[in-house]
This record gives sequence, structure tokens and C-alpha cells, in this order.
Amino acid sequence: MQIYKEKSERHVLTLTVDNEAGTLARIAGMFTARGYNIDSLTVADVTEDRSTSRITIVTNGPPAMIEQIIAQCERLIPVHKVTDLTEEGPHVERELALVKVTGSGDNRIEAIRLADIYRARVIDATTKSFIFEITGSPEKIDTFLTLMREVGFVEVGRTGVAALMRGSEPT
Amino acid sequence: MSAKSGAEILLKSLLDQGVDTVFGYPGGAVLPIYDALFKHPKIKHILVRHEAGAAHAAEGYARSTGKPGVVLVTSGPGATNAVTGIADAFMDSIPLVVITGQVPSTLIGSDAFQEADTVGITRHCTKHNYLVKDPNELASVMKEAFFIATHGRPGPVVIDIPKDVQVAQPDTDTPQRKAHARCNIPHEADIHDITKAVELLAGANAPILYTGGGIINSGPAASKALIELAELCNAPVTSTLMGLGSLPSDDPKWLGMLGMHGTYEANMAMNQCDVMLCLGARFDDRVTGRLDAFSPNSYKIHVDIDRSSINKTVRVDLPIVADVGKAIEQMVKVWKGRKLKAANLDKWWDSIEGWRDVKCLKYRDNKQEIMPQYAIERLYEATKEYNPIITTEVGQHQMWAAQHFHFHKPNKWLTSGGLGTMGYGLPAAIGAQIGNPDALVIDIAGEASIQMNIQELGTASQYRLPIKIFIINNQWMGMVRQWQELTFKSRFSESYSDSLPDFVRLAEAYGWKGMVIDHPDNLDDGIAEMIAHKGPVIVDCRVTKNANCFPMIPSGAAHTEMLLDSSAVTGEMDDEAKALV
Repeated sequence: MQIYKEKSERHVLTLTVDNEAGTLARIAGMFTARGYNIDSLTVADVTEDRSTSRITIVTNGPPAMIEQIIAQCERLIPVHKVTDLTEEGPHVERELALVKVTGSGDNRIEAIRLADIYRARVIDATTKSFIFEITGSPEKIDTFLTLMREVGFVEVGRTGVAALMRGSEPT
Repeated sequence: MSAKSGAEILLKSLLDQGVDTVFGYPGGAVLPIYDALFKHPKIKHILVRHEAGAAHAAEGYARSTGKPGVVLVTSGPGATNAVTGIADAFMDSIPLVVITGQVPSTLIGSDAFQEADTVGITRHCTKHNYLVKDPNELASVMKEAFFIATHGRPGPVVIDIPKDVQVAQPDTDTPQRKAHARCNIPHEADIHDITKAVELLAGANAPILYTGGGIINSGPAASKALIELAELCNAPVTSTLMGLGSLPSDDPKWLGMLGMHGTYEANMAMNQCDVMLCLGARFDDRVTGRLDAFSPNSYKIHVDIDRSSINKTVRVDLPIVADVGKAIEQMVKVWKGRKLKAANLDKWWDSIEGWRDVKCLKYRDNKQEIMPQYAIERLYEATKEYNPIITTEVGQHQMWAAQHFHFHKPNKWLTSGGLGTMGYGLPAAIGAQIGNPDALVIDIAGEASIQMNIQELGTASQYRLPIKIFIINNQWMGMVRQWQELTFKSRFSESYSDSLPDFVRLAEAYGWKGMVIDHPDNLDDGIAEMIAHKGPVIVDCRVTKNANCFPMIPSGAAHTEMLLDSSAVTGEMDDEAKALV
């Protein structure tokens, strides 16, 4: 027999949660337990008194699964609010990556040139290597990495997506 | 302010919550709490024989009284043993507060003796859980825990308390942690949605009310409102396993249970209805059968307190997130306010009568051996005047009890529905008897299931609980055998109950009365003898060995494809069917 898979959609969710021990484990574990996907997840406290954190989750799944993911997140006690930015409307997404590249001669020059085009900054350099810092949409970072793979890519650290609704209103 | 220890704060919190009964088992990491409990004037501790028994007993207590059940166990194995009961309560939405001891906070993470990551282990089978590392937090955490367990969709909450926190006194200089209401409580249902639902119901040609455990959880008022709504709209009513008792079974609108082992009339009516009003049920796979064939032409209205239940498996047309009891009351009010009349449903009821005439629950008459269905029928007839509380284990006997025992009031039927936990019935009966000292409490059991928590016989002896265990003994793990017969060409792999104990001598060893009933002619006298005995009784009711539970919707089949008897069974199923639960 074959196992049938449905078509997936990518969604960016933001969660406002109590900043307390176990909250992240609860959310991440719920995703695993129910067979949902996490493409990226970022979390940090966002209020002055450090009582509240904001989590940005990029997930994918069929529409019915996305609806369930939101409902299951809302069911967790420390979760106050879940917003599906993909559904809500225009929003901005940014990710930061640190990219280590080694090489000499033409490759080294090409790496610097590409970095310049992609507005990546050099934050560490040796005679044999660079570390670039690049910020942008996940697609931009993907493209940058594809190019860097041709000119001496060594490794990358990515933060995952942080996102906000466009306009003056809070999410 | 007198300096109280964490353990004393804990007991004070229990009293504040109106708790008078705790089910538990002592151990190293809860000794300070047990010391505070020693000869406690107000809190009665029920000593179980295994922590799984404590959790199930608390479930039985909660389900039969409507109050939250409280469990107290030690760290490590104490907590892990309780996990099955916690998961069971989570699936069936039973309010529990489970207090687990933990190794001292300084030793957490060091693989200390009897250490387990209780909060980690129970994270996904609780509604919420806490590790309390500071006695300052204890009072507010307890308050929150009870609130969470009992509000919204009920469920279990675990509070893990390190031993040093039980001994230490709060630092009075630091402010106490404030408790906050942390649980989504749905608002009253939108009146437009309620009105729309009522209009649809009033205009339907073939309406059905599909009810579930939510009505029981909502409280006795919800069952009353349901009776009234059903009367007003003249719609047939079916229920899930968990909702039995919300509509009295002698009501002419009662179709019996639906789903895999539900009645033919209930499943056919679900399939053919044009408006389905789902009240506090969750379209479980045991109810729906094959999803793409589930009630194909109906407009579906779903009332549930938990938004995540809506559109989880079945897409519905009108979702209403609300307490189901309140929503039904609103519907009744709107119906009456607008002086609506039920549509003429004669044609619909004619169809239903036709399905009823199939007599799907009939079984082969047997003068020589006891048919299990007959045993339960006779048990019902003999005990109905006592309005008994029935618990069950899990398997064929559970389904036969759901089919052939009939309920007239809520909170009288305690069974493990979602998780399907063998070994639930005996401890649940203990909890129910503790909560209802004057009730007749009967655990309808199977000879395999009863052995899963058989140690709890001792608990009933200790507290002089006059529980009756009625074992439908067919010497097989009957439901496993039935599935093997239907799906795996009768290859009965490991499903024979070999080396059974002598249940009579086992009963007597624990100070119970033990009885065997092994002939249909002795059934009524035997049951009467069981009821007449003031103390606990085990009845070993030897039934015919190979009876199967019908009707049945086989794996992956639609409501319309019910098997009514074993003649419909074909040797082996394909892989798709084998892969289904």
C-alpha cells in the first residue's frame, strides 16, 4: 500500500506567549506529537518586564492542517495569541545569516563582489576567509548561499524568520 | 504570619478548593506531604495499590461526582505509573489535579534516585503542568491548576513539587506570585449562530442530534436542556460512548450509540440526515467510520468548547465555540421565543422505524451457554431500579455494556473512551464508590482487562467499598480475537487468556465474596445474590467463548456498510484495512 500526501502551503505564524520555563518545549513538542512541520522558529522576550515572548514559526501543511496548528497552539495554556501573518495580509519577514567563506585569488574577489551586491557585510576576515553577515528574506539568503557555494562556502548560521505585519497597527 | 511549609501550603490549598479526598501512594519524594497528611482531620487519603489505580480512581471520582479528582504520588516510578491515567483523563476531558513529588531541586538533572522528568513526560498528556521550584509560588500554582483543570474543556493538570520545596517555608519578604486565570473560557455563543442553528433545525426534513461527553462535562443542566431541545425539535438523538446517559434511553427519540459498534439505526440516520447538530462530541474515528463517506449530504453544526475540535477531522458548516450546555439552553430559548413548531418529520421517523426493525442488537439465543449480551441485559434488568453507576474495562464487554445496558441519567457511565485503557474499570469503580457511598457501583469487566489493575481489590477491601465486579469471562481478549478473525483470517496471535486465576478464590483471598455463574438458568439468581451481598463481590460470569460484538463498522468502511452478524465476515482484509486502527 501507498501512503498518500496532501499539498502543502507555507505559513508564517506569530505567537504571543508567557515567558516561562517549558513554553517552547510545549509548543515544539506539540508540533512533533501531532506531526506538524517547523521550517524555522525564533523566540525572544519582547516586553520590558520580560514576562512575554514572541515566537515566530514558519510552518507548512495543507490548509486544514494549518487551521488545526493554530487551534492547537491556542489551546496551550501559556499561549495568549496566535496570528497567521500569511492569512492576515501584507507583512515583512527578515532573517539574518552568518556565512563563512574561504578562498584566495579570483574566488575571494568574487565573494566580496557578490557580498557587495547582496548588501552583506564582512564581520570577520583573515587572509584565507571571510564571515559575511546578511539580512533579508529567506529567499534572498537562499540565493546568496547558492552563489557562495561556488566560491568557497564553508558553513552558515541562520536565525530563522522574524516577521511583523505592515502598517501602524500591532499584530 | 506563621511560617508554613510547602506541604502545609499544599494541603491548605486543597482545602480552599473544597477537596476532601485524595487518591495516592506514598514514596520518598512525597514524605513531607504525607507527614502533613498524617491523621489529617479533613482530607481523606485513599491508599491505592498502584499509582495507575490512583489516577483512574480519581477519574472515576471526578466523572461520577462532577468534582475534580486529586492524585498524590511520588517521583520517578510513582509519576510514570500515573501517566496512563493522566493520558486517559486528557483524552476523555476529565478534570484531575495530579501532585507528584520530585527529587530535591538541587538534585534535578543529576539522575538522582527515583528521578524522572515528570514535567517533560506529562507535557503532552496534560492540559498544563508545573514544576514548582519556590514555595512562594505554590499557593498560586495550586489555585491556577484547579482553575485550569475544571474550566473550559476539562483535563488533567500535573504539579511537580521537589522535596525541598515541600519542606521549605516561603520567604515572606518576596511578594507572592499572583495566580492568573490562564485558560480559554469561550464566551457565550453568538446569538446569530444559535438562531441560525435553530432555524436550520426547525426547517430540517431529517435532523439528528449527535451528542457526546461534552454534555456530561457541562453538568446535569446540560442533559436537562438536551431533553428539552430534543422534545421541541422532535429529532432523533444518538450519542458517542462518552455521552451515554445524557438522554434517558427510554426516550422514544433515543437511537442508541453510534459509531463502530453503534446501532444500525443511529448510523443510518447519521448517514441520511440533512441537518446534523453535533453537541459536545468530536467526530472521533470510532464514530465517523470512513471520512469521505461520513454523512455526505448533511448540513453540519458543531458546538464544542474547544476550538481545536472544530474541523479537526470533519469539515463543518456552522461552528459554534461555546459551553455546550449553555448553547443548548440558548437554542431552547430561541426556539420557544420564536414559537417555532417542529417540522413534520413523519417520513424521517418512518425511515428510522425501518432501520430499527432490523433489530441490529439481536443475538443468537442459547439455552446451554450464557450469551454475553444476555448477561448484560439481565444485569441491567436486575439493577436498573438502583440507578447504578457502571464502570467498564476496555474491549468486547465494554461495547456490549454500551449496547445492552441502558442509562437514564448522566454521570452513571464511566468508561475509558479516547485512550481505551484496559484496567480502568476497577479503580474507576473505587473512585465512584468513594464519591457516591450509597450507590450501587458495578464494574462490568473482561477476564483479561480486570487483571490489568487487579491489585486494587485490596484498596476496596481496605475502605470497605461494596463494589461489584461482573466479569464477562470468555477466556479471550475478545476484541483482539474478533479483529484477528475479521482482519487476519483467524490467526489468533497471543489473544487467548491462558492461565486465568480462579477468580472466586482470588476474591476470597482479598476478603471479597466470589461467585461463578456458568449457566443461563442461574444468571438471574446469581445477579440477585451479588446485589444482596453487602460487601464487594466478584462474579465470574462464564459466557460463550466465541461471540463477536455486532453490529460493527469494519475498519475503513462507511456507516452504511455495517456488519450485522458474523456471516458477513470474510476471511482476510487488504493492507489498507489492516493499517487502520
